[in-house]
Order: sequence, then C-alpha cells, then structure tokens
Amino acid sequence: MAKTLFDKVWDAHIVKKVEGDQDMIYIDKHFIHEVTSPQAFAELKKRDLPIYRKENMVATPDHNVPTLNQHLPITEDLSRNQVDTLLKNCAEHNIDIYELGHENHGIVHVIGPELGITKPGMTIVCGDSHTSTHGAFGAIAFGIGTSQVAMVMASQCLLQSKPKVMRITVDGDLNPGVGAKDVILYIISKLGTGGGTGYFVEFAGSTIRQLSMEGRMTICNMSIEMGARGGMIAPDEITLEYMKGRDFAPKQEVWSDFEAYCTSLKTDEDAQFDMEYNFDAKDIAPMITYGTNPGMGIGIDEQIPSLAEVEQVDSFKKSLNYMGFEAGEKLIGKPINWVFIGSCTNSRIEDLREVAAYIKGKKKADNVNAIIVPGSRRVEQQAKEEDLHKVFEEAGFLLREPGCSACLAMNEDKIPEGEYCVSTSNRNFEGRQGKGSRTLLSSPLMAAAVAIAGEIVDYRSHLN
Amino acid sequence: MDKFKTLRSKLVHLPMHNIDTDQIIPARFLKATDRKGFGDNLFRDWRYDQNNNLIDGFPLNDPSTQSAEILVAGKNFGSGSSREHAAWAIYDYGFKVVVSTFFADIFKGNALNNGLLPVQVSQEFYEKLLDLQSKEEVELEVDLESQKISVAGKDISEQFEINPYKKKCLLNGYDDIDFLVSNKSEIEKYESTRNAFAN
Repeated sequence: MAKTLFDKVWDAHIVKKVEGDQDMIYIDKHFIHEVTSPQAFAELKKRDLPIYRKENMVATPDHNVPTLNQHLPITEDLSRNQVDTLLKNCAEHNIDIYELGHENHGIVHVIGPELGITKPGMTIVCGDSHTSTHGAFGAIAFGIGTSQVAMVMASQCLLQSKPKVMRITVDGDLNPGVGAKDVILYIISKLGTGGGTGYFVEFAGSTIRQLSMEGRMTICNMSIEMGARGGMIAPDEITLEYMKGRDFAPKQEVWSDFEAYCTSLKTDEDAQFDMEYNFDAKDIAPMITYGTNPGMGIGIDEQIPSLAEVEQVDSFKKSLNYMGFEAGEKLIGKPINWVFIGSCTNSRIEDLREVAAYIKGKKKADNVNAIIVPGSRRVEQQAKEEDLHKVFEEAGFLLREPGCSACLAMNEDKIPEGEYCVSTSNRNFEGRQGKGSRTLLSSPLMAAAVAIAGEIVDYRSHLN
Repeated sequence: MDKFKTLRSKLVHLPMHNIDTDQIIPARFLKATDRKGFGDNLFRDWRYDQNNNLIDGFPLNDPSTQSAEILVAGKNFGSGSSREHAAWAIYDYGFKVVVSTFFADIFKGNALNNGLLPVQVSQEFYEKLLDLQSKEEVELEVDLESQKISVAGKDISEQFEINPYKKKCLLNGYDDIDFLVSNKSEIEKYESTRNAFAN
C-alpha cells in the first residue's frame, strides 16, 4: 500500500500495538534541557527505575541561561539551581551534556541538527514543543510533557495514538525579500492556531524544495504554532549536503548506504493524506504579526482585519487592546524600540548572514535596542570567522552568547512592560517576552530593517 | 496519579479562545525542580495586577467560584508551549476537569497523564451551558465510566470521547510508565532490528 513519509517512519518505530488505538513507539533520540527534565529524573528516582538508554539522550541547558558572561556563575538563584540540577542529574546517570561554555553548547533545536545528531527517519522527542524543528530532516520529531520525558527515560518508548497526516504544498518562486519565515507565518495566518490540531504535517512543493536546511527548520519549527504535533520534509540532496561531515553524521564509509536509505524516505506517489492544502508562493509577502497568537499575521502592506472580518470578536478585541493597535489600521510607520534576533526559529548562521547583509554600512535607529542571540556557540564562532560581529557592532547591534533568551524571557533578557519588540522568535503570546511586553513576529530580514528604520517598514523598496 | 470516576461541581468560565500555556503559567514561574505549588501562579498575569492585587472581574477571582472544580474555556485551550506545568498548575489550583470545544494536543496528553480530565464538548453544548450560566448558578456532572457530561438537574447532556486506554488509566489511577517498563523484552527485541542510521 502506498505510504506517506510520516507513515513510513512511524511504522518503522512501532514496538507493538496496544489496546485503544495506541502504538508503543520507539524513540531514537531524546533531547533534554533544564526546565522540563528535573521532575522526570525525580519521578524515576521515586520509582527506583534506571535510565534505560542513556546513549539515546543528549542534554543542554538553554531556556534560562544568561546571554552575557557565561563563563561566570549564573547569578539568578532559581535559574542556577535548574542548570545545576541538570548537570548533577546528567553526571549521576552519565548522560552526554553540552554545558555552558562547551563548544557544542546552544539551543537544543539548533545543536541537534548542527552536530549531525538529528537524522532522517528518526523519532526524536524533547520536553519542548519546538522539537518539531528536527522534522526538517525527515524525522518524526515532537514535543512532549514532563511525564512523557520520564516515560522515555524509563523505557525509550511512548504510547501514542497515530496522528492524522496533512500535506501542505507550496509551489513557485518566492517574491524578492520573502523567505521561509514569511512562508510559515503566512500558512499559520491562513490555517489559524488550531488548524493543524490532531495532525502531523508534511511540507512539500517546489518552494519548500528550494529552501536551505535552515529555512526548512524555520518552517517545521513553527508547525506547532498551527496546532500540529510536528512538521516534516522529505530528505533530499540539500539535506545530505548539509549533513555531510558533521560530527555525528554517518561516516564516509557508509555514506552511500545512508544516501540510499534517505532516498526511500519520501511519500509514495499514490499515498493518501487526511487533509491537503495548496499555496502559491507568489501570494506571499513579507509577514508580520499584529496580535497575541502566531495566527494573527498580515502581509507588511496589509491592514489589520476589521471587526467585521473576524469570527471571534471578543478575543480579537482583547488581543488588539493588549497590543495597543486598532482594527483596520496598517502597521507601517509604528515606532519600535526593541528588536530581538534569535530563538530556535531564527538564530542560525544563515539568519545572521541575512541580517548582516542588510545592515552592513548602516546604523540602527537611536530609539532601538537591537539584540542578536546566536543559536549556538558554533553559530557564534562561525559569525566571528566571517567577521559578521564587526558588521553588527558597527551598526549598533549587540551580539550575545547562545540561549533561548528573550524568546520566552526566562533569563534576564526581557522586553519592558508596554514596549514593542519585533522578534524573529515563534510566539507573540501576552507577556511572552516579559510581563506586559508586546511582540510582533517577523523574519530576520524584517527585524533588521525595523532596527535600522526605528519603525515598521516595508523594506522591499530598500532591497538591492 | 489520582483516580477519576465522577464529579459534580460548580464551574468557572473563561470566555476567551486560544488560551495558551504561557497564560496558564507564565514562563518565569517554571523554575522549580518539583511539581508542587504551581497553582499559586495559575493565570498569574490575568489574576493579579502589577502590585499583586487581585484583578476584579477575572472569573477565577469571583468569590462565588472558589469551590469550583471544573474549568470551562473557549476553543483551542492549552495551545503553545508543551510545559506540563500548565496541567500541574490547573490541578494544583483545585480543578479536576477542563471543558472546551477543543484542546491543543500536547496539553490534552499532559492533562490525562496527571489525572486532569479534558472534556471536549460540542459548540452547541458549550453555548447552551453559557446561556444557562448567565441566568442561574449551574453545576456540571461528569461521569467518566459512561463518558457523559450533563448540567445537574437539567435535560442538557452529551457524550464525550476519550481514548479507551487513557480512560482505563484514569479510572484506575495508572500511568504509562509501569506498562512501558513491563514490556522490556519486546523493546529489546525491537532494538535488535533498529535501523543502523537511527543512532
């Protein structure tokens, strides 16, 4: 029977079928971080259970680490305690960890792919919803809760109902100045934040095929923002090219076998999906959000919908009230004081290069605080090798050390109450970047342009 | 995990849609290393103002709802972050059931793993319930065995769906860990056939 990519990978991981539609599936790689793992370690201890496969686990602290002076002890007590707890737990169980300052340290969803740990055909979980990022390699990757972290620690398995499968096809060449982030913000604006609930999503089509791995990761990363469990993209020559030579990628002597295996990881021609959507790349403009969920996005030259255009009027009004915007107005020209370039969505070297290319020879506006937080130590090193740090410095942007940072403001990097931040992260929920902060999600290019202009701007007229 | 069989209780209604887990428990409260006490910060920034005073008008702050064990909310409840702390906070606060017209997947799974029952109702039931609640004090009855939710003393009820395995777990207070660990020999058998590139 013809199978989807998702079916192939899922079926290859079924240990056994269990009553009530549940499959017991095997997890190939389990990433852990400091925030959602301590209670899971405690649960195993309470039950006197060992870690079943420590070699399938990789740990890194990322959520609440400072992005300045990482060589010094963490000053905030609760954050330090969580990071120390992770270190202690990993030492006790002999689990691989890339701690602060380690050359491989970074955001868990950046380092997995970057080190070649993430591979096509794998099942990957982490106690973090943006685990969907790893799906860009043709893996089934999804976020789990802490109880499930404990289950995977104890058995390397999870009980799961098989989700339905959706395909989203985007075809055609992207317009100038439009990138992967705009594509996914556009899709979420069309499907809504619950449009993918109950589904795993395969992204396909010529637009997706032309994207770099960094772009594909951005797309899969945000598939959770439309409610999907995860997103995935079939591996191809771009995937293989990206992986070649990475620390944990298959070695030269088995590379041709690996290539052959990856070639089998694609949806069969006659395979049926439970739901299909098709989009045309030429309809996609640079995107920005105006509200308090990632589905509330518009093209940069569009207007915020009017009250007559929306279904949930009360929730919509509450959202605009929080943001300080009016229904029906445009965003262009709105002053912005904060720009955050970072997060597991957009903190990879390609994102930093794009920002540097735009701001080179320019200066940020006086009213703007522009912060760049690389996704990993390796991204930071690469940026320095390419002299991007000089470009940032000359333009008045601050380059920090790696971590999740102002994406969720668990560390010191918070946007002040009432202030607007154009952010390359993934969530614009109330208070996400600090209590009372107001977030507008965008691509790195948009964020760079806003930092220079000091206000929301349609940068397409400034592109060469 | 605590068992769940039946519940009759007053309700608290949050009329918003798309309530995300950052609202249920803001990230700055996720720094604990145990599971206790998250209820104090449930809906923190909707319940309290800058000076830590209760905000009038937020339904959880209504004195008449303090004993309610059922939370009713708009559609797409629990979207966003996978933080299980959201389910812990709701349960720790004292709720045993959450009712919505639909739930985000990860939240639903987290709730079920903690003895918190997510009951998905039809739009029609939800609207009838709210209409009635605007006129009089309402109590809901939830019976897991028969998978039925009803308005106490009224002819308003409906069946709800739950995975049969998860239902059994909840009725008996089991979780998945013991079951998974008891399958060790099958897991080892699977591992012997694993794809070489899955390491």
